[in-house]
Amino acid sequence: MKTPAAIVVGCSAGGLDALKVLLSGLDPRLPQPVLVCCHTGSETVDLLCELLGRVSTLPVMAAAERHMARDGYVQLAPTGYHLLVEPDRHFALSIDPRVNHSRPSIDVLFASAAMVWRDALIGVVLTGASADGAEGLQLLRRAGGCAIVQSPATAQVPIMPQAALDHAGADYCLALDGIAPLLNRLCLP
Amino acid sequence: MEPVTDELAREAIELELFIQAMQRRHGYDFSQYAPASMRRRVRQLAERLKCASISELTGRALHESALLPQLLEGLSVPVSDMFRDPPVFRALREQVLPLLASYPQINIWQAGCAHGEEVYSLAILLEEAGLYDRSRIFATDLSANALRQAAEGIYPDRAAQQWSRNYQAAGGTRSLADYYSARYSLLKLDDRLRRNITFAQHNLASDRVFCEAHLVLCRNVLIYFSNPLQDRCLALFRDSLVRGGYLCLGMCESIDFAKSAIDFAAVEAKLRIYRLVTNAVGQSPT
Repeated sequence: MKTPAAIVVGCSAGGLDALKVLLSGLDPRLPQPVLVCCHTGSETVDLLCELLGRVSTLPVMAAAERHMARDGYVQLAPTGYHLLVEPDRHFALSIDPRVNHSRPSIDVLFASAAMVWRDALIGVVLTGASADGAEGLQLLRRAGGCAIVQSPATAQVPIMPQAALDHAGADYCLALDGIAPLLNRLCLP
Repeated sequence: MEPVTDELAREAIELELFIQAMQRRHGYDFSQYAPASMRRRVRQLAERLKCASISELTGRALHESALLPQLLEGLSVPVSDMFRDPPVFRALREQVLPLLASYPQINIWQAGCAHGEEVYSLAILLEEAGLYDRSRIFATDLSANALRQAAEGIYPDRAAQQWSRNYQAAGGTRSLADYYSARYSLLKLDDRLRRNITFAQHNLASDRVFCEAHLVLCRNVLIYFSNPLQDRCLALFRDSLVRGGYLCLGMCESIDFAKSAIDFAAVEAKLRIYRLVTNAVGQSPT
């Protein structure tokens, strides 16, 4: 694959804890945008941003409609909307029906990101209790992107990473605490 | 398997041709819709209509005139909920309606009403504020099918619990159940709520101003549009609104990049409720 231009991350049940570990381990010099889709039960994504912002090495914010995917920022899909990336790297939101019972859906984010960044994209699937993300990760891999899946045995809820492995396979499958170091290695010039 | 890059490039061509067919055959311009969602919708539409590819869908769009309503339905605003985003409806109830009450006749335009969930929510707000008998709601959508469903006011009753919670959170003073009857796992809204609603087809991408409005609601519709089309719509709303009229957009919408945003001042920025600033010069869209 090319030098990565972006990272997309999907998680669901257990996602908050997993994201804390992941985001606190990233190198603060990471030059890529990190786009995150995490299913939460909460009304808005603001609380999640705040909690993650306390431990993340990179600044965390909600992805704002029509704004650019920003290099060196972690940007989260707002609650209740699908997050998509347009060909010109701007964010778009949609209230189209749920995908895999979810809105935001990881599949929707990954699929649109794969079309933008093709073989310069890294997709990460973490803990979760649904099969969301499996389809998107497959498309991402077929577009030449790199797939990283948390090893199900080490996930708080193994269903999602297992579904991703079964459906899409992975370039790397490893324990949560190994993922940030791997991203740092792959993404820093 | 062919390389996915070829597949995506081919699909991009197919999508372009489909959009051309809709424009030239049916006169509907989707070229200014934001591409990421448009691609998903067209792909899903092809699947739903059992077409193996977007090209096959294009062929059918060209040859089967009767298919148009289904095509428009698949490409237009998705359904919503009653009192979706309760804080918005609470703000309309507590901050906007009291000011609209000074007008002898209140005109409201709901642009992109889909199946009408928010139109009826609005009617309930007006009813409870004692303003409904001198109000007129123009509920418009691109899709005739959606409008027909909206006019029926019948919804699956599985939504009822969530909608009741929304209604209460939006400051509802009664019980939402007062406004519908439930039967056969459906709920039907009271016909009386429809008495001052006019449903009409209107295309935000090409049609013009058609009423003088005191309040325009257009929630989660412009999110599907490119920046230039979003700007066109904001200009259209500006030209429809009376001086000091209100505009309410979806809670995550951004008008940061629209020229016409200059004509609107935030009343409740977080809730995306704006007011036409008084020095805005009304211009007819060209």
